Amino acid sequence: MRPFGYLRAGSVDEAVRAAAGQPGALFLAGGTNLVDLMKLGVETPRTLIDIGRLPLDRIEELPGGGLRVGALVRNADLAAAPAVRDRYPVLSQALLAGASGQLRNAATTGGNLLQRTRCTYFQDTSKPCNKREPGTGCPAVEGHHRELAVLGHSAHCVATQPSDFAVALAALDATVHLHGPEGERTVPAADFHRLPGDTPERDTEIRLGELLTAVDLPPPAPGARSRYRKARDRASYAFALASVAAVLAVRDGTVAHAALAFGGLAHRPWRARAAEDVLRGAPATEDTFARAADAELAAARPLRDNGFKVPLARALAVGVLTDLAAPG
Amino acid sequence: MTDEPFPAGPPPQPLGTPLVRREGRAKVTGTARYANDRTPPGCAYAWPVPATIVRGRITCVDTRDALALPGVLAVLSHENAPRLAPTDDPTLAVLQEDRVPHRGWYVALAVADTLEAARDAAEAVHIGYATDGHDVLLTPDHPGCYVPEKVYGGPGARERGDFDTAFAAAATTVDATYTMPSLHNHPMEPHAATARWDDGHLTVHDSSQGATKVCEELAALFKLGTDQVTVVSEHVGGGFGSKGTPRPHVVLAALAARYTGRPVKLAVPRRHMPAVVGHRTPTVQRVRLGAGPDGTITALAHETLSHTSTVTEFVEQAAIPARMMYTSPHSRTVHRVTALDVPTPSWMRAPGMCPGMYALESAVDELAVALGADPVELRVRNDPATEPDSGRPFSSRHLAECLRRGADRFGWLPRDPRPAVRRRGDLLLGTGVAAATYPFSVDASEAEAHAAPDGGYRVRINATDIGTGARTVLGQIAAAALGVPGDRIALEIGSSDLPPAVLAGGSIGTASWGWAVHKACTALRDRLRDHRGPLPADGLTVTADTHRETAESSGYSRHAFGAVFAEVQADTRTGEVRVRRLLGQYAAGRILNPLTARSQFTGGLIMGLGMALTEGSSLDPAFGDFTARDLASYHVPVNADAPVVEAYWLDEEDPHLNPMGSKGIGEIGIVGTAAAIANALWHATGHRFRDLPLTPDKVLTALTAATAPAAPGA
Repeated sequence: MRPFGYLRAGSVDEAVRAAAGQPGALFLAGGTNLVDLMKLGVETPRTLIDIGRLPLDRIEELPGGGLRVGALVRNADLAAAPAVRDRYPVLSQALLAGASGQLRNAATTGGNLLQRTRCTYFQDTSKPCNKREPGTGCPAVEGHHRELAVLGHSAHCVATQPSDFAVALAALDATVHLHGPEGERTVPAADFHRLPGDTPERDTEIRLGELLTAVDLPPPAPGARSRYRKARDRASYAFALASVAAVLAVRDGTVAHAALAFGGLAHRPWRARAAEDVLRGAPATEDTFARAADAELAAARPLRDNGFKVPLARALAVGVLTDLAAPG
Repeated sequence: MTDEPFPAGPPPQPLGTPLVRREGRAKVTGTARYANDRTPPGCAYAWPVPATIVRGRITCVDTRDALALPGVLAVLSHENAPRLAPTDDPTLAVLQEDRVPHRGWYVALAVADTLEAARDAAEAVHIGYATDGHDVLLTPDHPGCYVPEKVYGGPGARERGDFDTAFAAAATTVDATYTMPSLHNHPMEPHAATARWDDGHLTVHDSSQGATKVCEELAALFKLGTDQVTVVSEHVGGGFGSKGTPRPHVVLAALAARYTGRPVKLAVPRRHMPAVVGHRTPTVQRVRLGAGPDGTITALAHETLSHTSTVTEFVEQAAIPARMMYTSPHSRTVHRVTALDVPTPSWMRAPGMCPGMYALESAVDELAVALGADPVELRVRNDPATEPDSGRPFSSRHLAECLRRGADRFGWLPRDPRPAVRRRGDLLLGTGVAAATYPFSVDASEAEAHAAPDGGYRVRINATDIGTGARTVLGQIAAAALGVPGDRIALEIGSSDLPPAVLAGGSIGTASWGWAVHKACTALRDRLRDHRGPLPADGLTVTADTHRETAESSGYSRHAFGAVFAEVQADTRTGEVRVRRLLGQYAAGRILNPLTARSQFTGGLIMGLGMALTEGSSLDPAFGDFTARDLASYHVPVNADAPVVEAYWLDEEDPHLNPMGSKGIGEIGIVGTAAAIANALWHATGHRFRDLPLTPDKVLTALTAATAPAAPGA
């Protein structure tokens, strides 16, 4: 075990101050991913700042019908919260599609968003990886990449973002609250995760020393229904080969509101703006849904062994949108 | 063998009773001690260093940084490790030479006061290498392929009749090639050992399927008598074949303990396991079947290809079941193997039978489709009266009954044989069947039975309980033979200090140990019957061995049989295949404990489900190691994958086995299961998938190619 410092923060400000004063510090919450990565030698923090007892474990009503979810709300609790189940089924479904019951009991809202890719090269310190060690190369491009990206990847990194939860947040137009040395700021959830470009070591827009404190869910779109669907190698406890989060409102046979995001396809939840442009105002038919999916997936650049993800994502999107548009 | 091996007594009879496990309470309350649960005073910890090259030589071992860390006792490598005697199993010749035969081969071992320090030290060891080119990919036309003279179950190649002529003349033929990737055993408890030396005596607590063999091997490697070595395997958290022979970890622990003079504990990290504990080799299997218009098979060829390592030859004997399953006057069964720069493959649950029957039973299903025959009836039609390859009579063969009874239970009929016609929303449904078989075998063992003056009994034998319930079943056999209640009998198993016995593997444990226990207990019962007056203070003790009985050739072909039925659904949107129902019907002699037996059967069925749908591991061509090395990426089935799994058995009486009349049941459950599921997937979708596992990428690609225009970007 590599020695590391440990301190428990008594407040958000104290946590942020501590992080600012400690190069190589990482925040520890549920630890379901970070501790694994420390065991593998992938993460080597000099200090762990335990934020587990900060008062960030509440779900609060926001004026206008939205919700504020504290960063330490456990995945299991969030998925089961009546307000979430009633207003944001897609979010509850996405959470329950991830990990296992035991992990969901420990994993937190913030930690779920900040979990790291499961690319096998990233997890193996005996191999090169640009995300882990910038400049060493990306063996996944030519190597084992069946589970990896078909959209938005670069020559430097073809990893995928593993969170199901993040995909639902992207479709819900959620907002991520960050608290840093220079104060608070918010970032749209759909823009929180980055594309790899030539800096794949950065997963998200979070800045050094910033603490993710909450996620805001806006009021649900009027008349909208939502759903999450995930395809995977086994029935439970497997990461998405592809997934889709969709929010759809249909009025008089026409799409009044549509938000769509894909998971398992890219370095970030893939908000499908091109698809939404096709959907908005169009007849809510399977043909429209197929055209919408095609419009989005035209940008796909599959690798040698993951071309199946494109028809898979297309079928998931068409299926979920068709289900959501069906009366009843 | 007498006609009535067990005395009649008042009901309930111990044999056939669903007794709970003797050690169940200890296990669920956490008091059962496994190999690494003991910490002798002064215990040190070892952490191995795996090679990060695929093939080559170690040029230097720089241990300065490692040894400078606090608490580090030693770093062993080929430069300083104690010398071992030559061994028949070169995978055990650890830290003896500079050669690296595959990535993950252990090249050094760090030993320290704590586990953490050992791990740190292992990472601080700097190994220099000279690398050679490598080759880890098994290809059908690999230039290194050869036919081994022998495989475990018989000759490497076998010809009977004239296959080529008969196949060319057959009215209906199938010629298909089936492939499957490497599979990993991944028992819940990783391989682990705690070793210590006391005045020249080596004591090891090892997670092993057979402490006798480990004891003998360690004695040979360290040039000791077997009386100078004690190996204890009291509780074992699964093995699935990967603990059937000694593994490098136990040698490393003993080496480190000798070198440091401290007890040493070593557990193989989960991510190291694929490279050092064996795996099921990938296979390429071509099966050709020719049949007459009535469905009688006239020509059968099963040719298999697998890989082995450059360390030692291990051949997956996948063509063996084709020598005894179906009537065919003309038969060719051939194994080919090629040595690659890969980890050494080894035993995995139902070696040979499991992959072999996947291919054979898939081909039989294809033949049924080609003939327009019902797959159950086609198998019954080709059920031989005597073993095709040897002509020997079967001691018992109730395959046809298993097929019929299983079909009834499953609701096989009425069945529309047409594929791809059962649609429910996005799902296509289908059913499939396959036969299962596993050879009966028995090996010599010794047992001791003791009667104490207080009315208690004790049975001692170095049997191993790898989670199957061996203690419990042996207690039942002893109770039945002695004619006393089981709770008066104490069982001592799992130590090489006990009378020696065969390993828990090859589905031979209960038959072999049970025979010795029966013999000892029967002899003790006779002694007690003849004894007059109170027992002496140290009781009466009888030992027995079965060397003579088990050496006798039986003259019969002896196998367990079964039939597996599966209902699957394929999601036409996602390509996800799920099993809706899985049912196994077996004929495996007398079932001694229905509770533990059902667990064995259903466990095998679920492991076969994993092989069919979720499990697979490939070698990385560039880095030479397995790509799936943890339980997050190597997908064993979870509960949600196995909603309804049922196992049934016939009351089969077979007098040609052992006093209990039992056949082995540990492995047959995995045999045939993947074929039943793949056959059901054909029935569901109309696509014949011949490459396992049946994951969404393959299934969706086939379904989309058939039903929809190509998607953009694909």
